[in-house]
Amino acid sequence: MSIPLVDLTTVLPELLVVLAACVLFVLDPIMPASKKDFLAWMCVGTLVVCFFVTAAGMGEKTFAFSNLVVVDSYASFWKLLLYVVSGMTILLSIGYLKEERIDLAEFYGFIMLSLTGMMIMVSGSDLLVIYLGIELMSISFYIMAGFKRFEAKSIESSAKYFILGAFSSGLLLYGISLIFGAAGSTRLVEIAAAVDARGLDDPLVLIAMMLIIVGFGFKVSAVPFHMWTPDVYQGAPTSVTAFLAVASKAASFAAFLRVLLEGFGGVKPNWSGFILGMCILTLILGNIVAIVQNNIKRMLAYSSIAHAGYALIGVVVAGWMGTEAGVASRGVSSIMLYLAIYSFMTMGAFAMIAILRRGGLEGEELDDFTGLAKRHKGAAFLMMVFMVSLAGIPPTAGFIGKFYLFMAAVNAGLTWLAVVGLIFAAVSAFYYLRVVMVMYMREPSSDQELETRLAFSPTATVVLAFAVAGVILLGIYPGPLVSVATSSAISLP
Amino acid sequence: MAVSSGGFPWVTLVVFLPLLGVAAILLAKEEMAQWIGLAASSVVLLVSLPLWVMFNESTAAMQFVEKHQWIASPSIHYAVGVDGISLPLVLLTTFLTPLCVLVSWTSIGTRVREFMISLLVLETATLGVFVALDFVLFYIFWETMLIPMYLIIGVWGGPNRVYAAIKFFLYTLAGSVLLLVAIIVLFFSSGENAFDILTLSQSAYSPTLQAWLFWAFFAAFAVKVPMFPFHTWLPDAHVEAPTAGSVILASVLLKMGTYGFLRFSLPMLPDASLSFTPIIMTLSVIAIIYGAYMAFAQSDLKKLIAYSSVSHMGFVTLGIFAMNAQGIEGAILQMVNHGITTGGLFLCVGIIYERTHSREIIDNSGLAKLMPCYATFFVIFALSSVGLPGMNSFVGEFFVLLGTFMWSKFAATLAALGVILAAAYILWMLQRVVYGVPSQSMASKLYDMNPREWGILVPLVFFVFWIGLYPKPILDVMHASVDNLIQQEVKIMTVEIPEPIVPATLVLSDSSSSVLDRETILP
Repeated sequence: MSIPLVDLTTVLPELLVVLAACVLFVLDPIMPASKKDFLAWMCVGTLVVCFFVTAAGMGEKTFAFSNLVVVDSYASFWKLLLYVVSGMTILLSIGYLKEERIDLAEFYGFIMLSLTGMMIMVSGSDLLVIYLGIELMSISFYIMAGFKRFEAKSIESSAKYFILGAFSSGLLLYGISLIFGAAGSTRLVEIAAAVDARGLDDPLVLIAMMLIIVGFGFKVSAVPFHMWTPDVYQGAPTSVTAFLAVASKAASFAAFLRVLLEGFGGVKPNWSGFILGMCILTLILGNIVAIVQNNIKRMLAYSSIAHAGYALIGVVVAGWMGTEAGVASRGVSSIMLYLAIYSFMTMGAFAMIAILRRGGLEGEELDDFTGLAKRHKGAAFLMMVFMVSLAGIPPTAGFIGKFYLFMAAVNAGLTWLAVVGLIFAAVSAFYYLRVVMVMYMREPSSDQELETRLAFSPTATVVLAFAVAGVILLGIYPGPLVSVATSSAISLP
Repeated sequence: MAVSSGGFPWVTLVVFLPLLGVAAILLAKEEMAQWIGLAASSVVLLVSLPLWVMFNESTAAMQFVEKHQWIASPSIHYAVGVDGISLPLVLLTTFLTPLCVLVSWTSIGTRVREFMISLLVLETATLGVFVALDFVLFYIFWETMLIPMYLIIGVWGGPNRVYAAIKFFLYTLAGSVLLLVAIIVLFFSSGENAFDILTLSQSAYSPTLQAWLFWAFFAAFAVKVPMFPFHTWLPDAHVEAPTAGSVILASVLLKMGTYGFLRFSLPMLPDASLSFTPIIMTLSVIAIIYGAYMAFAQSDLKKLIAYSSVSHMGFVTLGIFAMNAQGIEGAILQMVNHGITTGGLFLCVGIIYERTHSREIIDNSGLAKLMPCYATFFVIFALSSVGLPGMNSFVGEFFVLLGTFMWSKFAATLAALGVILAAAYILWMLQRVVYGVPSQSMASKLYDMNPREWGILVPLVFFVFWIGLYPKPILDVMHASVDNLIQQEVKIMTVEIPEPIVPATLVLSDSSSSVLDRETILP
């Protein structure tokens, strides 16, 4: 079997990223320890090249490898986002890994490998290819979560993530095998045809669909499949947590939407109600439990669950009965917009946690932020911007993201869902503002002033600047991103 | 609709100049922060004066309009402009901010730079609320305002500041949540594909939808006013906030709620506004009497003024929902009056708090002997708050009561009872503070006002008497816009408006009687 060259050029970005990972693994042992940063910069360079390659090809719809992979503007949008997020993670890690004394260059290799997995997920038009992507992403994450290998919490995080992740992959795979039984193929196009032919009440399709939804529910950490999230987020190294919260969630949502709309578009009434239930539970649990957290990483874990709930509003809209194609596509574009904005603010918040040190450890307790505004005005201000944006208060980008989601919901006739979402947005303001309150309105104790410091590295500063620029610029001038998301969303049915 | 401003973006300049001040403060040294804050807010005041000078009083259309597309899909515009309803509030905001900077001159000793930044950002946000002509833009300013106010209360406030700040924030945020949904629903049900406030006002909505939207708007605006029973955040926020925070909160932020009723509820939802009028009127009357009653019981000066605010804002909502020219003009005038009078009272309390570090009446009594000038000012503002004829509040309350009288004699009678109660609690408070027995421990700390404090209070006193004796210039500004608003309401009015009674004894002066004659609407 020979692979046509044209197929390889279609997946050129994926190949470049894998190549960078392989080169890194080869060079790592032979490079002197002092030059390891070079490898990180090589990865960033690769991402920049990939960004331009993907951006240049945006707008076309190409299939490759006999329709196993599709590169359309929907996939390209997510890929562009993933490059940005991966780049920020690498830049953040350069200083962070040194601070934690785990600066092994393999780390960047695993980031590139999991990025490859995510790119395959967003480009896959076949369930098995998507599954392949999910596994490549997840396995890299299992390793990265346990990267602080001298710390019990990190190992625990890795093990928990592995066991639950493997379990959810099993469910997903079981769903895929059942749908293969129903459709005779794992390609989304053929699944759609078989689903249409079998009608709404076919039990085999329904069971398969449920299992697939559960599998993806784990990956996007939707309630009730969220149990792993707080422990894994808390234990993993902070830059990995950021990457997990942002990139893995974005890629999983991208693949989830494609599978639902392209594969199960014919049975929308069957899944939209189920997703609606998940969405409401996720909003409630994520926002309520976040209130009582005293560990910021854990709080942000619940906040990321809550944000998955908001994004699910868009999924519900995309699948809601009786909505016109234009409205459904608005649901999709609002998710894309939301997760893009979410990436910037979450990345920024985790970057702040990563550089705040208490003693030799990370400042991940809420108390460590006490009186930060007195000692580091700039840092406290940045954290406030991220928190305000996460709460969805204008003029930050978080508001724009929520605004478009709720627009889509009202447009689909789900006004009450928008009300529920907004009520929980008001609830979320409580725990986000608690961070602001601790930073601005409490006096630091004297030993705290001695112990806590900010471990700024030049690259982490770049990440923070990038994140805050994204949060503010997208809040004030969201036009370009909105139009890109809108035009990219059309390529899904 | 566009009455152009001759091309020069006056409104944008006024709204965003404070942010220029913020940039300057960031670049300058900490010691310069106050001076830059004062300079920036004074320049904003100067730049806002041309709006008044060039304002065309004969038209109800928006003036100084600027409209640029901001987001293409859905169509959201950066659209700003002023009319007779918003102009007085814009001027009130620009007028009070420099005074707030001045009153914080010595009382804010820590993190001065951040304080001035918060104050200026707050000014931008509140001005934006009053001039926004696009509903999304309005909402953005409306919410943005929360953050600097949260910081002002929480960082520079009193002992219980964190609780007050969070209560303020969550209360107002929860209120405005439904507003956002209502805005989006309006967008889809108008079928105009626009968030433009004037376009949305011209569409007709079904009565059921109007009822839903009315209560969604109500949730946001009533919390902000605050109307009974959503007022509980106000005493906490007022008491804990630093003086400048209290002044801005009472004088400007509360007006955002009543402005919302005037700008959105009445023109967009006329049927619902009309059918729910009895409920709002009832709540307003309760607020007037309950606020006054609560004010009696307070031993804390700031808390007393806070409850008097609840009572006075009751008059404003009363006037708005009387839905006749007298009521609404009185309400707008009362908004300005309350800003000046209550602002003045809070400034007075701030001045005495700087000396005694106590807001308790018992610690601050007998000031007439030790601080005669201060006592004079305090008495002026207090009497203005009572509504003594010749002072500003009298004119506003008189118009409001007149308007209410046309709607229901019973409601007007009850509201008038509120005026009497106000006289009682204010005079009782004056008796203790001004003429009481001085507290021995405090006597050594008391000294009369310095030039800076004179500078803060004199302009306010000037307006107290100007509006009290000659309100025509301010009333003229709002006539055309209020008429226009009434016209929209009258179209759907089914109730018969009895002929207004203008007894000769109630005529204030030549100017205001001519106002009444001209503006009286007949069925």
